Amino acid sequence: MSVQTTDYVASEIRSPVGFLANRVFIYGALAFWAFICLFPIYWTISTSFKTAVDVTQGHLIPFVDFQPDWKGWRSLGLSPDSIFQTSTVREEFFKRFMNSVITSVGASSLAIVIGSLAAYGLTRYRYQFAWFKNEDISFFFLSQLILPPVVLALPFLVLYREVGLLDTRIGLILLYTLMVLPIVIWIMRDQFNSIPVELEEAALVDGLSIWGAFLRIVMPIALPGMVAAFILAMVLCWNEYFFAALLTSTDAKTIPVMVASQTGSQGINWWSMAALATAAIAPLAVIGIALERYLIMGMTAGAVK
Amino acid sequence: MADQTTNAWPANTGPADLISPGRKRAGFALMAAATLGLLAVIALEILYKSEVTTLGFETWRPIVYAYVLWGVALGVGQVLTRGEDGQRALFLLPALLFTIAMVIFPTLFGFYIALTDWNLSSFSGRKFNGLDNFWQMLADPYYRNALFNMVLYVLAVLVEYVIAFGLALLLNAQIRARKFFRVVFLLPLMLSPVAVSWMIGKSLMEYRFGPAATLARHLGWENPAFFSNPITARISIMVLDAWTFIPFMMIMLLAGLQAMSRDVLEAARVDGATTWQTFWQVTFPLMLPVSVTAMILRIIFKLKLADIIITVTSGGPGGATDSVSSFIYREYRDRSNVGYGTMLAMAYLVIIVVFVTWLLKFANRFVRNVN
Repeated sequence: MSVQTTDYVASEIRSPVGFLANRVFIYGALAFWAFICLFPIYWTISTSFKTAVDVTQGHLIPFVDFQPDWKGWRSLGLSPDSIFQTSTVREEFFKRFMNSVITSVGASSLAIVIGSLAAYGLTRYRYQFAWFKNEDISFFFLSQLILPPVVLALPFLVLYREVGLLDTRIGLILLYTLMVLPIVIWIMRDQFNSIPVELEEAALVDGLSIWGAFLRIVMPIALPGMVAAFILAMVLCWNEYFFAALLTSTDAKTIPVMVASQTGSQGINWWSMAALATAAIAPLAVIGIALERYLIMGMTAGAVK
Repeated sequence: MADQTTNAWPANTGPADLISPGRKRAGFALMAAATLGLLAVIALEILYKSEVTTLGFETWRPIVYAYVLWGVALGVGQVLTRGEDGQRALFLLPALLFTIAMVIFPTLFGFYIALTDWNLSSFSGRKFNGLDNFWQMLADPYYRNALFNMVLYVLAVLVEYVIAFGLALLLNAQIRARKFFRVVFLLPLMLSPVAVSWMIGKSLMEYRFGPAATLARHLGWENPAFFSNPITARISIMVLDAWTFIPFMMIMLLAGLQAMSRDVLEAARVDGATTWQTFWQVTFPLMLPVSVTAMILRIIFKLKLADIIITVTSGGPGGATDSVSSFIYREYRDRSNVGYGTMLAMAYLVIIVVFVTWLLKFANRFVRNVN
């Protein structure tokens, strides 16, 4: 009994039983992995509504196992009953949150600007600085990707202290820009390579300058790529911990550093820890879900020719 | 690695000879003045810091401003002296000047620090001690252990690859709600490793109440202490890291699968190949280039592994889970040993540059042989 269908998976399987087994396996595997991805997130969010007893007894399902409580969020000053009261923890949290926003948006923007320009130049023109040609310059930029943060961290600690950039947001922005620049250049080079040169040639004939052609013709076309690079850079900067932990102390501390330093004298307050972790991951989770298309575009740039 | 400059225009097509000598002279004068100014500010600051003059700045920050101004002057000078060619150079200059300032100088400085005996907690300050740190490093069993751990962590990429490939195949199959599953599978990548370490490593895998430990008990593991025995601790760290990074490889592999032409698969089936044969003889070989790219990028990220270890185990038990980065982090944080820590970092840099270069060469040959 062989049924030819256009479905290339289904047509492999030659009996209805086999087809069913195949479906069950595929959806089973998908559901299993979805569970693995989602359960820790569920655990984090649900823990922020638990009291101490519920945490230590490992209760899982709200209203059945345990009665949800705003405990975790109250300790952050973000629960409905405490949101209008003054809370030092909330002020601290918002300060760190703004630090994270400013550093990651600042670094991503700076990297997009100088990275796009460099990528455009490298795809369109031939350069030669001393004996360095385009290939060498590209390699120089991309090779920064393998530089582990630990190599730069200590020299930067000393340098920043001399320059007066230690524990400042500018200092972090500069370092994060360096960190994401290779990725931005990688993505944007791929983008510009896919835009035909004829477009700019026509623009030049029409009397636009080189920069005019870039800003008015090429940029709008490459915008999706820039969004993709920006989102990917945002994710990396927002989650960065190593540099932030070493180079900031009071003023420029970011959210990951605040999360990591939440150990009280009498053990860990899991509920407030969970609330903080939820608040730390929520912005990116929302951005990621909303702009998933761009994120994927950024990650797959240059991977498939 | 992507090929570039395939559609580059030849240089020097612009009307380079339309620039008046006066404009050229102004450009050169500007660049010369800027360079002299920058050098003067640096010289002044050196003199001030070595207490020869009283005129100077408290910190070195004005040097940074001077460097930025010098960069601007250099750019303007390029346009003035070289016209359209200068405008082209302007695309590259910002990124180049930025990267050079941010990488070359600190790295050179790092090599110097590596040769000094410098402990922030001692009063003696920095003093040059040649290769002492290097000999100390060679005799340091903890550093060797950290390097050995890095080998294990990198090998774990193979397992991650297999899982990622499996997930990519699942997402590429004829399924409903593909977008939902793709978003869900992608989620772990967007979460902060520190938050993940706390909520999974320290809470979910907690010995007494963590659901993972409870599940392990139900499955018959009597004593599910994920981080107390060296081997299970290493595996737990690998699992945590894999959880966040598998989506990265999965997305790249999925893109590869979607770019594959259906005709080849069709042809294989017409020839009577089973699913298993089709995978091994058609899909897998065709996916090799993407696989190699994904794995190399993943290994590069893996070599930076630190956050999870610092937060979850601090390298314990007894250094069993230490990565090089986390080890150096503690060398600095707990012992303030800047000189020695930098030597370890520089040695690590040399090792991974050699390793990654070899990896790229090897991958190139490997991919070419298959195609």
